[in-house]
Amino acid sequence: MSTHTTRRLLAALAVVSTLALTATACGSDASDAGAGGSGPKDVAAALEKGGKVTVWAWEPTLKKVVEDFEKKYPKVDVELVNAGTGDKQYTALQNAIAAGSGAPDVAQVEYYALGQFAIGKSVEDLSSYGAQKYGTTFTNGPWNAVTDDQAIHALPMDSGPMAFFYNKKVFDKHGIEVPTTWDGYVEAARALHKADPKIFITNDTGDAGATTSLIWQAGGRPYKADGTDITIDFNDQGVSRYTATWQKLLDEKLLAPTTSWSDAWYKGLADGSIATLSIGAWMPANLTSGVASASGDWRVAPLPQWTKGDKTSAENGGSSLAVPKAAKNKELAYAFTEFATTGAGASSRVAAGAFPATRADLESKAFLDTDFPYFGGQKANRIFAQSARDVGADWSYLPYQVYANSIFNDTVGKAYVSPTKLSEGLKAWQEASVTYGNEQGFTVNK
Amino acid sequence: MGWGFAGPFVAVFGLVFLAPIGYALYLSLFQDRLIGGTSFVGLDNYGKALTDPRFWEGLTRVGLFLLVQVPVMLGIALFAALAIDSGRLYGKTFFRVAIFLPYAVPAVVASLIWGFMYGTQFGLVGNINDAFGVTLPNPLSPSLVLASIGNIVTWEFVGYNMLIFYSALKVVPRSLYEAAAIDGAGEWRVVTAIKLPAIRSALVIATIFSIIGSFQLFNEPSILQKLAPNAITSDFTPNVYTYSLSFSGQQHNYAATVAIVMGVLTAIIAYAVQLRGMRKG
Repeated sequence: MSTHTTRRLLAALAVVSTLALTATACGSDASDAGAGGSGPKDVAAALEKGGKVTVWAWEPTLKKVVEDFEKKYPKVDVELVNAGTGDKQYTALQNAIAAGSGAPDVAQVEYYALGQFAIGKSVEDLSSYGAQKYGTTFTNGPWNAVTDDQAIHALPMDSGPMAFFYNKKVFDKHGIEVPTTWDGYVEAARALHKADPKIFITNDTGDAGATTSLIWQAGGRPYKADGTDITIDFNDQGVSRYTATWQKLLDEKLLAPTTSWSDAWYKGLADGSIATLSIGAWMPANLTSGVASASGDWRVAPLPQWTKGDKTSAENGGSSLAVPKAAKNKELAYAFTEFATTGAGASSRVAAGAFPATRADLESKAFLDTDFPYFGGQKANRIFAQSARDVGADWSYLPYQVYANSIFNDTVGKAYVSPTKLSEGLKAWQEASVTYGNEQGFTVNK
Repeated sequence: MGWGFAGPFVAVFGLVFLAPIGYALYLSLFQDRLIGGTSFVGLDNYGKALTDPRFWEGLTRVGLFLLVQVPVMLGIALFAALAIDSGRLYGKTFFRVAIFLPYAVPAVVASLIWGFMYGTQFGLVGNINDAFGVTLPNPLSPSLVLASIGNIVTWEFVGYNMLIFYSALKVVPRSLYEAAAIDGAGEWRVVTAIKLPAIRSALVIATIFSIIGSFQLFNEPSILQKLAPNAITSDFTPNVYTYSLSFSGQQHNYAATVAIVMGVLTAIIAYAVQLRGMRKG
């Protein structure tokens, strides 16, 4: 029996490698036409035939999905590779695409970074595999992030509607009210730091993702992209709302100079010296595993608002699964992507702690009624789900946001360590981003 | 016949040295853009590099580093070598090994260790602040971070340079010292009249290595960048700049250009130092 299976597997592999070789040969002849090829792709036939799929991702809940997928399609062998988190993986992916070999069949790409791969035409348009039928499966934010007028560049895997995580123990101890507006937030920051100089309302050493998300919530829309025509403007009202508030926190030294995800950060979250986080709804899993000792101290609330009584939120992080053009086995790659992001695959990931991008999971009773022992039994998903509905519309990132974020600390970072104002830092960031964009062949601010 | 002997060397030299340089030169003549793809741009990249303020800022920074850190490091190394060689030091083997030991610590690990000590939140500096109720200046602030890096590099390389000087001192004939002593020369006179002239070429070599090392500064700033993201910019040193151009900016061609310009500048300065150092009298 087992020899039989092995032989069949070998035969399948041989077929796949031959196919891969031919595909590569075609690709080099007519690089773009090869991808579009012969109309709708026959995913079912590919699954029937089997083969190997390499997936680059760091999302932990995919492990179970891989097992389930292989169980359902025994002829398909999925290899899950952690090629680094975020930037590191994009660098590896970009290099593999440039080198023309070694690219995975499926890659996890965060929403902010997808544009870079889409504009470089290095990911498949999934509408040629039938992905357009999922238009209403996903919530608006993530779906807008993976699509544009022409194409579906990836399928949403999770999302990060923002919420306000606060250490209730610290707030209770000093008798300070949990803020519901950003003005109240500044007040709370002052009060906490005054009560105990070791306590900071939050940490911040300049984080492009967090800054753009809060600007998003404040109504700022600094980036507008229409194909290769781009406008960058950090002068709108939303941006100045953000800078006015954040400048106060910087001037009065109310932000802990601790970089997120560092050891010191986890310590600060555990011992109460970092009292709140405004971050994506994917955070609970990280708190549970990384800050286990503070279990029961933390609670979740909606984000503080820029205008009292308002109900606006924003996205922070979240990833999609994309199929690189350089993938060897695109039909199978799509099949896996579809399985992992919709239906049973998505539900199993939600059960394992991922935050859903699918409407059905987001609205399911089991999801909404989940108790979080870490948050003292709070039904935190209700707050997250509401936040997902309140995400401000029409936000877009730059098609080269990965690069822009990499120079954030060169420019905006100055506001954190010198008398440079935040608004000046953002202006310098805008200029550097404009220069880079024009050098790269975009038409920016022209 | 001659080629038979030279062949293996020439092959390896060509493969691992000339070929990469040739490829970098080739790359530097092109531009690859996200929109529009690759095009031949001739020497445009060089023109851009020579007028790029970010490149010059990094170069000025490593120049300043070189002027301060190299003399300090070589001075300490020379002092240690002379002390160990003087024969008046008790337990000289211990000192020799102890001073050399940091060189055996990989630069990445050394930067991490020092980075943790520099931390004002949870590091040694923070602990001292808490324990004594003082506020030490933050070693990772923009104004001090270069000095902090200099401290790490000095810690790492004093032992290495000490060993170069010490081995040069070992080959000085002892009879010279005896003759000097008979002539009534003191220890200081022996150092300035015999020892220093005798190890002159070792001093020049160590200086050249240190100059090259300073220009190639990369490990320490790139590790500390995680701890001090706003003090160490993506163009902190020319090598850090090349790295960020290539890996986050996807500007491989321009990165190759900057690397070549930097290589040429380093070679010119090292050669000038060698000419000056080897001149008699």
